[in-house]
Amino acid sequence: MTLLRLTDAGLYCEAGGFHVDPWRPVDRAVVTHAHADHLARGCRHYLTSVPGAALARQRLEPGASVEPLLWGERRLVNGVQLSLHPAGHILGSAQVRVEHQGEVWVVSGDYKTEPDPTCDPWEPVRCHTFVTESTFGLPVYRWPRAHEVVAELHAWWRGNQAEGRPSLLLGYALGKAQRLLAALDPAAGPILAHGAVETMAALYRAAGVPLPATAPATMDRRDDGWRRALVLAPPGAEATPWARRFGEASVAMASGWMQVRGMRRRRGLDRGFVLSDHADWPGLLAAIAATGASRVWVTHGFTGTLVRWLRERGLEAEALATRYEGERPDDRAGADEPGPAA
Amino acid sequence: MRAFATLYEALDRTTATSAKVAALAEYFRAAPAADAAWALAFLLGRRPRRAVRAPDLRRWAAEAAGIPEWLFEESYQHVGDLAETIALLMPAVDATDEAPLAEWVERHLLPLAGQAPDAQREALREAWRRLGGSARFVFLKLITGAFRVGVSEGLVLRALAGVSGLAEEVLAHRLMGRWEPTPEFYRRLLAADTSDADRSRPYPFFLAYPLEQPPEALGARAAWVAEWKWDGIRAQLVRRAGGTWVWSRGEELLAGRFPEVEATAAFLPDGTVVDGELLPWRDGMPLPFGALQRRIGRKTLTRRVLDEVPVVLVAYDLLEHGGTDVRDWPLARRRAALEALVAALPAGAALRLSEPVAAEGWAALARERESARGRGAEGLMLKRADAPYGVGRRRGDWWKWKVDPFEVDAVLVAAQPGHGRRAGLYTDYTFAVWSGDALVTIAKAYSGLTDAEIREVDQFVRSHTLERFGPVRSVEPSLVFQLAFEGIQRSPRHKAGLAVRFPRIVRWRRDKPPHEADRLERLVALLPP
Repeated sequence: MTLLRLTDAGLYCEAGGFHVDPWRPVDRAVVTHAHADHLARGCRHYLTSVPGAALARQRLEPGASVEPLLWGERRLVNGVQLSLHPAGHILGSAQVRVEHQGEVWVVSGDYKTEPDPTCDPWEPVRCHTFVTESTFGLPVYRWPRAHEVVAELHAWWRGNQAEGRPSLLLGYALGKAQRLLAALDPAAGPILAHGAVETMAALYRAAGVPLPATAPATMDRRDDGWRRALVLAPPGAEATPWARRFGEASVAMASGWMQVRGMRRRRGLDRGFVLSDHADWPGLLAAIAATGASRVWVTHGFTGTLVRWLRERGLEAEALATRYEGERPDDRAGADEPGPAA
Repeated sequence: MRAFATLYEALDRTTATSAKVAALAEYFRAAPAADAAWALAFLLGRRPRRAVRAPDLRRWAAEAAGIPEWLFEESYQHVGDLAETIALLMPAVDATDEAPLAEWVERHLLPLAGQAPDAQREALREAWRRLGGSARFVFLKLITGAFRVGVSEGLVLRALAGVSGLAEEVLAHRLMGRWEPTPEFYRRLLAADTSDADRSRPYPFFLAYPLEQPPEALGARAAWVAEWKWDGIRAQLVRRAGGTWVWSRGEELLAGRFPEVEATAAFLPDGTVVDGELLPWRDGMPLPFGALQRRIGRKTLTRRVLDEVPVVLVAYDLLEHGGTDVRDWPLARRRAALEALVAALPAGAALRLSEPVAAEGWAALARERESARGRGAEGLMLKRADAPYGVGRRRGDWWKWKVDPFEVDAVLVAAQPGHGRRAGLYTDYTFAVWSGDALVTIAKAYSGLTDAEIREVDQFVRSHTLERFGPVRSVEPSLVFQLAFEGIQRSPRHKAGLAVRFPRIVRWRRDKPPHEADRLERLVALLPP
């Protein structure tokens, strides 16, 4: 028997009696981060990182029992040693380390190895078995340097200002939008935010992440700032009446999928900025190597590809059919939107 | 190369025609003539022939990227574009390469065709080392013969007209026919003196839009000339200074391909240009389109093929008469002159007049149109009798009024990922109909669904896969689609024993269970005798 196994509710640690990122209500859930595909409503008890607790509470039903755990703090659950370690995906995103009778497992949740000023950096955790995501598990996904992407983004913004039209920038309301916000130069022009973005930004600020102030996107069109503004909104907002007020705006999206021209064109975007909160191919390989794991379970993404690559390199690798979605190329709702209670 | 790649990016990025024209003008203003000539050739769709075998290219790219071939293939299946896949897989470069487009084309791209595989491999590795970002992508697009960019010839002309101060029509005429992308050509193209017309040069073709309203909306029937709309090769026959040139609509010179037409042209007076349709013709009727494929497909024409598939030019229009450009004349006058020319030809000439369809009144004409298929035509062309011969595709004076297509309800049985903006989505579908208890494949179709439907079918394919054959997945036969197609003919090469022409999806028949899809017998009944 293995320390973790897949049940119809998600990854389950039988010895400890808890699930990691279950997709159905369970008794005890250890949650890596607050994106909807990892945070199911209705569990009796949640364990999450300290910086992630406020985000989880915001997205769960009022009064949910959420217990925060410090980075690296060890917790004994039915004889299983449990600890959380930064995953670098979004604020408070954690890897879950589980140790029992000398055997160590780490569940990555979603992660990236690139630096991101809005969250604690990914930390390699040695283990025997590593459960990794594979959202961008193809070698065509290699991220350009973030500061170059941010420079391009500002050039696009300035160009739109010169043409007298607003810039509508789409990115997940939780995580991506705050990372973008932190990178934007508030002196370049007004920054407007969709309500879902600002709600999460306020929680980031409360957690001590410095973010520029935003104005609500209801700014009067006659206002001078209107045509110079950059509007941050979740991808799902693009097709709603809310977005119609930005009719003439140049529309861009920040996502790892923007690396591929076809994906950008399919969405009919004016621009695509390659900025992802997931590990790219070199990032995945480096992270797996850094864990020292001899066994790797691969979840959501290019599972088959990564499994084959790892096997060819002598690792014991399996694909795991989870219900995590990571980031999907044609996502319109945004995986960060609070989903219906499972 | 970098400036051209920047232009490519700018054109690729926007759908606004004003922004495209501005980007083009900016490029042509700054580019040296040698670069501008190549850029123009590529923008107008003159793609260099693929010089490197695709399997070689894939193998060398995988090797240079340091990945196994299976991983290269998976990457390609996901990205859906070979050039883009390679561009994404190669390591980043540190310095930007400043060599001009003409140098990359003439010293690196064109010589590839004649090189041995080892030399090709070295040349490609050098290009991958030197070119980064969009320059690498664009160069690879040229190498794979797949360079395409979303600008019409009209936009390119508009930009060049802005840069040069010349009329678009002058530029269009100078760009017809044969030219080499040299700096001299580019300078001649933009030269102020316009009396230089190359004697082989055809005129831009005038094209029709489909009629989407009842013909009564066009006014009096008597103001319009109706002709059969043929499904052959639209062509211009140019006879000047004792020489003959046959041009396809794609501006390809069809020299030597239709000797019977060229022989007939010798009887035409110098200074004659005829617009018509090349058709395989026998006993007063066209042969099926497949017959023409036998003539197009081969380099050397045997006596036997010439006997079995004789070709004529069915003349629609006269563009030059006695050395004068007569495109401004009303159609009725041009036709009268054309009729006189054709009447003067010897018997058995491979040039026939496209006869007007006489039916009086729109209702009678509509009844005539129903007989189009039996005559081997696609429908009718309606041309305003007093209109001049225009340039390009314009609304108003010419309309194509095709007969309704054939339709069939077929079951989706397999799919594979598309390319370009459909990369990574299952959008290339294979359809089948029932033959007994088995489904037999009849068509592949790519277009006709909305983006939302495409995503839905993509999800279906992923979750109902039966088997995988490389990129192709066979799926549970449960979705039914209504397909339309223009023609049908026997084909021993296809399992169903028939092939349909221009199949496309009309709509998703969500109301039909798979067993209610059509049977093969219904298609067999549509076959011509």
